[in-house]
Amino acid sequence: MIFRVDWVSFILYLFLVCFGIVNIYSTGFTEAGNPFWEWGTSVGKQFWLFVVSLMFLPLILFINSNFFEHLAYLLYGLSILSLLGLFLFGQKISGATSWYLIGGFSLQPSEFVKITTALLLTTRLSSLQMDFKKWSAVGQVLMIIALPMVLIVLQPDAGSALVFLGLFFVLLREGLDLRILLLGLGLVVAFIGTLLFDPLSFSLTLGVLLFLSYLLILYRNKKAKKKPFLIALAISVLFSFSVDFIFNSVFEQRHRDRFNIILGLETDTKGIGYNINQSKIAIGSGGFFGKGFLNGTQTKGRFVPEQHTDYIFSTIGEEWGFLGSSAIVMLFTLLILRVIYRAEKHTQSNSRIFSYCFASLLFIHFFVNIGMTLGLVPTVGIPLPFISSGGTNLIAFSLMFFIYLNLDASRLY
Amino acid sequence: MIRKFILVSFTVGSCLLFLFQLVALQLFKSDYTERSLSNAIQERPVYSTRGLIFDRNGTLWVANKPVYDLMVVPENLLAFDTISLTSNLNISKEELEQKIKEAKSFSYKLPSVVLRQLNMEEVAQLQEKMWKFPGFYFQKKSARDYKLTAGANVLGYTSETNRYEIKTKTDYELGEMIGRQGIEKNYEQELRGKKGVQLFQKDRFNRIIGSFEEGTFDKAPEKAENITLTLDAALQVYGESLMKNKRGGIVAIEPQTGEVLALVTAPNYDPNELVGRTRSKNFKELVNDTLAKPLFDRSLQSEISPGSPFKILNGLIGLQENAINSETSFTCNQGHYYAKGAFMKCHCGIGTQSDLIKGIYNSCNTYFAKTFMRIIESQPSPSEGVDLWKTHLEKFGLGNYLGYDLPTGKKGFIPSSNYYNRWYPKGSWGASTIISNAIGQGEILTTPIQMANFTAIIANRGYYKKPHFRKTQSKEESDLLYPKNTTLIEKQHFETVIEGMHQVVERGTARIAKIDGIEVCGKTGTVENFIRLNGEKTQLTDHSIFIAFAPKEDPKIALAVFIENGYWGGRWAAPIASLMIEKYLNGNVKRNWLEERMLQGSLEAEYEKPLLGKPFTINE
Repeated sequence: MIFRVDWVSFILYLFLVCFGIVNIYSTGFTEAGNPFWEWGTSVGKQFWLFVVSLMFLPLILFINSNFFEHLAYLLYGLSILSLLGLFLFGQKISGATSWYLIGGFSLQPSEFVKITTALLLTTRLSSLQMDFKKWSAVGQVLMIIALPMVLIVLQPDAGSALVFLGLFFVLLREGLDLRILLLGLGLVVAFIGTLLFDPLSFSLTLGVLLFLSYLLILYRNKKAKKKPFLIALAISVLFSFSVDFIFNSVFEQRHRDRFNIILGLETDTKGIGYNINQSKIAIGSGGFFGKGFLNGTQTKGRFVPEQHTDYIFSTIGEEWGFLGSSAIVMLFTLLILRVIYRAEKHTQSNSRIFSYCFASLLFIHFFVNIGMTLGLVPTVGIPLPFISSGGTNLIAFSLMFFIYLNLDASRLY
Repeated sequence: MIRKFILVSFTVGSCLLFLFQLVALQLFKSDYTERSLSNAIQERPVYSTRGLIFDRNGTLWVANKPVYDLMVVPENLLAFDTISLTSNLNISKEELEQKIKEAKSFSYKLPSVVLRQLNMEEVAQLQEKMWKFPGFYFQKKSARDYKLTAGANVLGYTSETNRYEIKTKTDYELGEMIGRQGIEKNYEQELRGKKGVQLFQKDRFNRIIGSFEEGTFDKAPEKAENITLTLDAALQVYGESLMKNKRGGIVAIEPQTGEVLALVTAPNYDPNELVGRTRSKNFKELVNDTLAKPLFDRSLQSEISPGSPFKILNGLIGLQENAINSETSFTCNQGHYYAKGAFMKCHCGIGTQSDLIKGIYNSCNTYFAKTFMRIIESQPSPSEGVDLWKTHLEKFGLGNYLGYDLPTGKKGFIPSSNYYNRWYPKGSWGASTIISNAIGQGEILTTPIQMANFTAIIANRGYYKKPHFRKTQSKEESDLLYPKNTTLIEKQHFETVIEGMHQVVERGTARIAKIDGIEVCGKTGTVENFIRLNGEKTQLTDHSIFIAFAPKEDPKIALAVFIENGYWGGRWAAPIASLMIEKYLNGNVKRNWLEERMLQGSLEAEYEKPLLGKPFTINE
């Protein structure tokens, strides 16, 4: 079995974590040094948690893969309980009650819920009864995803909750109506369109476009129906006006600011836009070759807030330049594509589904985090897997990766 | 099977999007590099300590001493014993609180100055207690240390640059020391040196967290130059002590080189007053003293009628223009009628026959009035006469700036024919109209340094080198920088007037200036002067003036002494000039009785007269 392990991914994993430690070392570096074996520093913490994660590897790798399926309900239930427990025993750190404080450790249960949700989703979807034509079945699956999301939003930690939306890629792969994807994309377009212009002109433009495309289709196919176009138009217009209402009346200013800055409707390099601006300066000043390890002036000056966690990519951009940062982007892409590739080739549906869950969650973190650091996506505080400093995240993603390795290796040929 | 490719295309799409953005940020938008440098790197200038100043004999005159600014970083402030701090620093609690408030409104993270330029003693008291005052610390700076209290008018002073200046002087940092007056201003570039630069890594609060790249890009400052003055410190100190309780100036020049040996103005101030914490208070006091005007350099800026010493120049011009010769003599009857109904008084007895030499040592007004009329009338018209006369005087360095290396000065005034044509239109003026100029009264104005300079010309028998204050390193450099300026008078004419000047001291108006073993040549002056008092032209006691050089052959020192309201020339100016000569040439003064009289003498009562608001008598 050991020969069937996805060694390529494993090497990618090792490389990403080690490179992450190198960069966390740099963010914490001062003239006095930055001893990375000391628990008190963020790099020391990362290093030892990496060691701890690796100790789980043999354990997880040699568990029978059916075991996960059997435990899925229990683990999901326990993790939901741990989320509920936060409301009683949780520790409030920077505004969100997302942590348990256990003897100097801060543990973020929402990270583990990703694994258990993926496991339960795998179990449910791979069972033979699952039929995406039935609304009740779809509703059941959606509930599995929605429950932890709601609990996490209540902490409130909207960023971590958002990640669960990535699991829709799994549902789409497994048979969810593809029009949901179109609807989703349509809503995103409508959302941005509404913010960039205003609901009225957006609706009018959309109406004209839909009417023209209807005429085009009518010209080629006399039997084209009017109804879907009218429904689409009605939904869009309704959505556009409600977005306008929610955005201006329900959202708080800080939420509005995040969108406005990304859409270029507002420039503010001192207040809310400070992070993004400093992050872009750090990355931009790296040039082609970068300033070199420990030589990043922006990193040394601590200009980018949260640089060792959410903004770690800006250090990579500054010190390793275009070479380093594009390499990391491509390595992540490679890892995700490889997991998908292996999943598609797998003979067992549960392995395929779990691998897909892993790939989806990896993707959504990758997309949101690097997109935010590069100023392409609104600020959402979620870490870059394997690289960002942050104990629970590293352990949770490592465990999920090891489970992937286990399930992936358990093929029947 | 489209479903297989949804996530794949999202992943690949994101990858391409990110790579595109990385290319845009890192490979094309080059201004990110500059923005990174501007917010992460601080350039801090490094200065060489300011150059030292020595006198001509190598005596250290101006050095540097460490002073300390008390700084505060509001962020680090904790509750502290206010009374202990204020009592040690000698400031009030309110003042300290105000300073801290200002610092807070400037920045919480960056240091602000609480108190400037504390001296070492003040800091020493506090240094060991500083742990009790978190947030405060001392920052070392360098300030001037004057080893001698003399010469403030020559040395000038330094102070910190202000916000307005640095807009135009882009080379300067806010608060950097800059020369304000005198040598400090004139030789600012040399004394300052060229600043270097040190690069520091800043953090996001603009705090410095270390050097940038271990100082690879730092540049060391170029060393500042030291300046050696032409002044003789001992002579300067002596001159200032002689001028105590008097107003006026002394200018002493080495004739052959144009090196200024002493430049005394009185009253003066202690240059150390303009250093340290009390600087601005002291400076205000000096500026506000509009009566004694301690910041007004009388030796450079007082424009006065030269009086009788000017007769020498008229004699020389007369000889050169053949208006007289060395044998020409005139008769004086306690004066003479220079025009119909116009009598000029003289102190000669009736029927006194004077030739040029006797005219000089008796200071006969008649002799020089007649000489002057002959000069003016030697030309076809009075206009041409005056202009010829003026041409000669300009060659003596009068009527314009001398061009010495100090920033202050006055032109003085020599009238031209145009000037008189404006006053007396239609050519209705002649030699007799402007006769006062013959005896150094009238329209002409000179400054003490101009008088010292023409004395040096006489001593040199016809040339001068521009007076200057920075000693050159070699004779070659001196010759190059200070070429001879020759007059239009032939050399032999000087010998005649010099004999007259020698007789002034031997048997004439300044016998008090005689020194055993030194042949002194001089000329007294007693200058009428007026002020406007309550709107009325009021005459004050005459100025006492004396010019002199010595020894007669191969002169080593030429000087002019000007004592405001000192009455006749032999009363104050001649003894002081004589003591200066003795001090410089012999190194010590034997005539202690005279020295004592000059040191103790005070004219303060004289200066108070016009201020008391009641009638007063002059020349008593």
